[in-house]
Amino acid sequence: MTQVNRLKGGQIDRTQTLNFTFDGKSYQGHGGDTLASALLANNVRLMGRSFKYHRPRGPLTAGSEEPNALVELRSGARQEPNTRATTAELFEGLSANSQNRWPSLKFDAMAINDRFSNFLTAGFYYKTFMWPAAFWEKVYEPIIRKAAGLGSLSMQADPDEYDKGFRHCDLLIIGAGPSGIMAALTAGRSGAQVILADEDFAFGGRLNSETFAINDEAADIWVQASIVELSALSNVRLMTRTTVIGAFDHGIYGAVERVSDHLIQPKSGKPRQILWRIYAAKTILAAGATERPIAFENNDRPGIMLASAIRSYANRWAATPAQRIAIFTNNDDGHRTATDLHAAGVKIAAVIDTRADAPRSLDYEVLQGAQVTDTKGRLGLSFAEVELADGSMRTIECNAMGISGGWNPNVHLTCHQRGRPTWDDGLAAFVPGEILPPGMSVTGAALGHLSTHGALENGVKAAKTALGLKGRTAKLPSAEDAPVTQTPFWYVEGCSRAWLDQQNDVTVKDVKLSHQEGFRSVEHLKRYTTLGMATDQGKTSNLGGLAIMAELAGKSIPEVGTTIFRPPYTPTAIGVMAGRIRGMDFHPTRLTPSHYWAKERGAVFVEVGNWLRAQWFPIEGETHWRQSVDREVAATRASVGVCDCTTLGKIDVQGTDAAAFLNKVYCNGFAKLAVGKVRYGLMLREDGIAMDDGTAARLDEDHFVVTTTTANAGKVYQHMEFVRQCLYPDLDVQLISTTESWAQYAVAGPNSRALLQKIIDADYDITNEGFPFMACANITVCGGLRARLFRISFSGELAFEVAVPARYGDALMRKLMVEGEEFNVTPYGTEALGVMRIEKGHAAGNELNGTTTALNLGMGRMVSKIKDSIGSKLSEREGLNEAEALKMIGIKPIDGNDKVTAGGHLMNKDGPVNATHDQGYVTSAAFSPSLNSMIGLGFLKNGDERLGEKMRLVSPVTDLNVDVEIVSAHFIDPEGGRQRA
Amino acid sequence: MIINHPLLGPRDSAEFVYLGDASLIERPDPAAETALVDFVDYAYMRENPAGSLRELWFHEAGDRSWLVVTRNTMTHEISDVQMACDVARKIGRSK
Amino acid sequence: MQYSGFKVIKEALTGHKGWKPAWRDPEPQSNYDIVIIGGGGHGLATAHYLAKIYGEKKIAVLEKGWIGGGNVGRNTTIVRSNYLLDGNEPFYEMSLKLWEGLEQDLNYNAMISQRGIMNLIHSDAQRDAFVRRGNAMMLNGADAEYLDLDQIKKEYPFLNFDDARFPIKGGLAQRRGGTVRHDAVAWGYARSADSHGVDIIQNCEVTGFRIENGKCLGVETSRGYIGASKVGCAVAGSSGRLMAKANMRLPIESHILQAFVSEGLKPVLPGVITFGAGHFYVSQSDKGGLVFGGDLDGYNSYAQRGNLPVVEDVCEGGMAIMPMIGRARLLRMWGGIMDMSMDGSPIIDRTHIDGLYFNGGWCYGGFKATPASGMVFAHLLAKDEPHETATAYRFDRFKTGHMIDEKGMGNQPNLH
Repeated sequence: MTQVNRLKGGQIDRTQTLNFTFDGKSYQGHGGDTLASALLANNVRLMGRSFKYHRPRGPLTAGSEEPNALVELRSGARQEPNTRATTAELFEGLSANSQNRWPSLKFDAMAINDRFSNFLTAGFYYKTFMWPAAFWEKVYEPIIRKAAGLGSLSMQADPDEYDKGFRHCDLLIIGAGPSGIMAALTAGRSGAQVILADEDFAFGGRLNSETFAINDEAADIWVQASIVELSALSNVRLMTRTTVIGAFDHGIYGAVERVSDHLIQPKSGKPRQILWRIYAAKTILAAGATERPIAFENNDRPGIMLASAIRSYANRWAATPAQRIAIFTNNDDGHRTATDLHAAGVKIAAVIDTRADAPRSLDYEVLQGAQVTDTKGRLGLSFAEVELADGSMRTIECNAMGISGGWNPNVHLTCHQRGRPTWDDGLAAFVPGEILPPGMSVTGAALGHLSTHGALENGVKAAKTALGLKGRTAKLPSAEDAPVTQTPFWYVEGCSRAWLDQQNDVTVKDVKLSHQEGFRSVEHLKRYTTLGMATDQGKTSNLGGLAIMAELAGKSIPEVGTTIFRPPYTPTAIGVMAGRIRGMDFHPTRLTPSHYWAKERGAVFVEVGNWLRAQWFPIEGETHWRQSVDREVAATRASVGVCDCTTLGKIDVQGTDAAAFLNKVYCNGFAKLAVGKVRYGLMLREDGIAMDDGTAARLDEDHFVVTTTTANAGKVYQHMEFVRQCLYPDLDVQLISTTESWAQYAVAGPNSRALLQKIIDADYDITNEGFPFMACANITVCGGLRARLFRISFSGELAFEVAVPARYGDALMRKLMVEGEEFNVTPYGTEALGVMRIEKGHAAGNELNGTTTALNLGMGRMVSKIKDSIGSKLSEREGLNEAEALKMIGIKPIDGNDKVTAGGHLMNKDGPVNATHDQGYVTSAAFSPSLNSMIGLGFLKNGDERLGEKMRLVSPVTDLNVDVEIVSAHFIDPEGGRQRA
Repeated sequence: MIINHPLLGPRDSAEFVYLGDASLIERPDPAAETALVDFVDYAYMRENPAGSLRELWFHEAGDRSWLVVTRNTMTHEISDVQMACDVARKIGRSK
Repeated sequence: MQYSGFKVIKEALTGHKGWKPAWRDPEPQSNYDIVIIGGGGHGLATAHYLAKIYGEKKIAVLEKGWIGGGNVGRNTTIVRSNYLLDGNEPFYEMSLKLWEGLEQDLNYNAMISQRGIMNLIHSDAQRDAFVRRGNAMMLNGADAEYLDLDQIKKEYPFLNFDDARFPIKGGLAQRRGGTVRHDAVAWGYARSADSHGVDIIQNCEVTGFRIENGKCLGVETSRGYIGASKVGCAVAGSSGRLMAKANMRLPIESHILQAFVSEGLKPVLPGVITFGAGHFYVSQSDKGGLVFGGDLDGYNSYAQRGNLPVVEDVCEGGMAIMPMIGRARLLRMWGGIMDMSMDGSPIIDRTHIDGLYFNGGWCYGGFKATPASGMVFAHLLAKDEPHETATAYRFDRFKTGHMIDEKGMGNQPNLH
């Protein structure tokens, strides 16, 4: 496998010979190669097919701005579509495949599109595919979708790990070319905390691709010496393979470091990539400039690339795309490619310069005032047709062509905060505008200083200004300072099939059509033709399109304007944006104090927010969840059950104004709640809608414990702090969330007191007289362990809630189980909890759904009229107090075997079944072992006056249509005798 | 974004939860004659400026204080940060 | 000029010389019967229906920039009618029906693709809520289907069923939901309105209203004063700024919503999927890019750009349900100004100023509502009374207590 196009020198490591495959064929390259440079060295120019016309394509560039040479890198779960061969580092065993072609890259059946290009112009699809109407979805679209896209995903889960990190610095320098390195040296030597980042795997920027001298030596020597100095500074952090993808608010930058992409796979324990959030006090953008092409007929053949790219391949990668190369340029820089390639022994067929006064050469022919008017060579350039200054034609044999249309400063990040660049007539390019992201300055070629000396000088200045450094600077290294002049020449007259956006196949002809049809603003042009919307985001094509539109519209380029530059600077793996937050780590998992005990017990768990709660506890022989849940309900109501209710929010409220404060946040009264008593509280939002309910227990004169629902714990806490800090800042009250500090268990059932008397220390009287319904107290258990006891009941049975510091929760649960054996104590989970509260008619989250009021919940009278509280005023609005307002009721099927479905709607028994006649809906449903039938809670228009009415319950989406009766929501023990026992 | 907490120094805004316009501190007098109309205005009507806005942020992942931040809604530049309880007291809110 | 396959072929064979500008670029006249402020999807749709259905004659659409530059120029393209509340569902279902006939109505291929939307369900409470919603949809004449886990596994085998923090339990599907090519909607409506005589005036910013004795007489613009018997405002996220010129405050906050597109991929996603345990929804465009989005950044903004935490949050959601996208690349992210109302539902109503009408507060519902919004706003402008599907979208509903709150979040816009 000879690399016939290898040259001498370069930065490749010839001691490393790397084997790789492309489209199944084996090749060899060297360390430091990219996939593109290695393929070119092996005389492979054809690397891809374009999106629409499937035209054969080779690399246009040598960098991340590449539109054509996109491959599927790797295979299996690590397959990465749309990978730029120009930046993919070569490694031993690399395997890549071309994309968007069938059956092969050389013979692509879809290339037939190219023959029909006349019909497939920009926007053609808006004008057709409409008839017959059904055909769009059944015929046209499937075909279009199959042909669309470029690379394929493997459809398997991404097997690599990604990480996220945070860095802080005084100065972030984006780009390690001559300007960036000089800025880093200046800043680093001053002691500032510096981060120098470059997307490339080597430092040096453009210097790596040129044959410039610095201090009269190869520039590489200066680069290496600088890096050695910077590495030794502990206040400087060097980051290669790191693309700064976006400039976000307040000096926060996103950067992606490709830790392992240059290896066959990440080393064990290492991430593939890292997303860095960099907090930079100041930033210098030293991102360089990108060359732009000239548009001419058939300017997209494999082998035609940017002149600077050919130089990069030759000087850095010791590879030439062909042995016979032509140059087409409108400026002096293009000639550099001819000089360098000639010196490397490559034949320069001609330098075709649009300028009549182009510089001549003794080494090769320069055609002054000439233009390329066409090319030949479908699978690879073979000839160029050139029109000379005198109008005569010449055919030039060449297998590669370097195009130089000038340079565009890489201004992108300067515009990430809606800034716009400014047009510079001298450069015929956009340069950074006036309004930059705060803290950012620009230097070097990115600022429009295209000479090496300019870059070095600028870098020093930028660092000094950014950090406010005074004093003299070290002597600047010597470097070339060639003047840069640019006469705009965007396209060759009369060209039509001349490509602007090579990936999306947008030609000069398309821009003209866009103008003809009235899509003349730069945004309309972009959207109508899709110019600049491909994976390269128009880095080498936007300006050409703009220039042509400007000409057609009779405007200057800055008048036409640019589209918005947005992050990410280059496409970024979705995996790295997610980092480790995936799979089971997507959210934290919160475990209750009794979790491990419950696990041992065989509990089935359910996610409740971020918590895992036991849903039910199956025992031997139970095969269906209903068996477990029914048993748990029956056992609790018959004897005693225990349920972990730690997850419900607990908020400690302390201070001399604690009661007054609670009086403001609850709609019912709390000012006069006696010490040692608990009261149910309903909290309204300021708009009068029920927000949350719970209890407030007055353990002491200035000490309450407030409970909330599990789901709303955070929200209620936030709300209470708002009321405290923003509305009543002088109330003497403090709040603290104690949800996780206390393990809290409900002990419910006729034997609950008897069980608790076995663990509560004898000092405490919890008989019905000593500790009546809705009492609370600080107590001790198990011989002195401090605890809290609340006599509240969610189940409707005689019940208590006992709380101990969370670290004792596991032990307490085990103790309760041991002591409760004599009562056949039954642990119950959230399902049984839910069944019992539905049987009792207690509203819960399903009923407090954010649209219901106290009135709807049957608690209208709870909203005190004698004191102000959050929400009380707006709860008076007429719309919330209508005669036909929804009221909470119970639903029972007439036939005990019928289902009740939450989400079902209530209809009049003999009335139409549609939305206009909707009477209400079911919020909660469960099978009630106590009633041996399904039951439900819900809301019904004027429900409290319709008890006993027979209605229909319909749930069309689950095929339900049954007869039901409207009953009181309190299915069992409506008088409440059991909980007061 | 970075919010310069008066007590804790610069913090990433991701530590906070956003509520809305700081006019929410100016809860109307429920005993006034025009109370219902006042409360509707308070709860629902907003300046929504394209420019400087005083807004409420809750430091949920930090010290749980409410802050009044003055921020430009066009540029996101933050020009002032105060403790909300101080702002509340300044406009006469007390008990 | 009629568009058709024949026309495309004919023009291709004759050098494309016959294509005319899709709409005129007229000078503004001194007055109109109806002026619509806002050349986005809603404003252009309103103009189309006013001209075509309601027979209005002298209509102008004023757009401060270039038409279709707001939400309709950069949204996530989803259309659906899966709303819960009676104030909303009939409206959105009407919209979906209008989408279904739109291409024929406009003679423009908006690429309406009803490939289905599925809302994933991850908990019992969520299931109950979606069942209620599915029922509301069906009772309102729309389509809804409850899918159990096995059905979802069959249709979407690449979803994460193995190590999901919040396992999928089921889903609610609307088969008639799907996506539409958003730019085509703006251009299609513009072309049609223009062909019916509507003047579309771009680069014309409204700088003020001329109001005398409680009546709006016209608008001051960057291109001169334009008189109008009726002025309809349809500027979405810019509503606050515009109505402030009429000294109006609104129950709306402007927030930033980010959206994302990946590099083009061969087809992987048949329909639209929404994740129920995180902020992520996704579809695949006809060009192959995955188009996805999530939640608001959360703070008021007119900056049209957001910050990193949301980008991460959305990608985390994406990786949670379809970890195959880790190797796909985020190509571009953008942000727009969302007009978030105080109850999450829009306002389409007259104002207290005679002759001044308002349409805004669309939250996440704007794009899918485009045809219906245009239709009902046209109805309101033409007949001075609300369309039957839009009777609840009144300004005064906050005063009277008739909020249309799908999410049940109350008067905090960033929670809707």
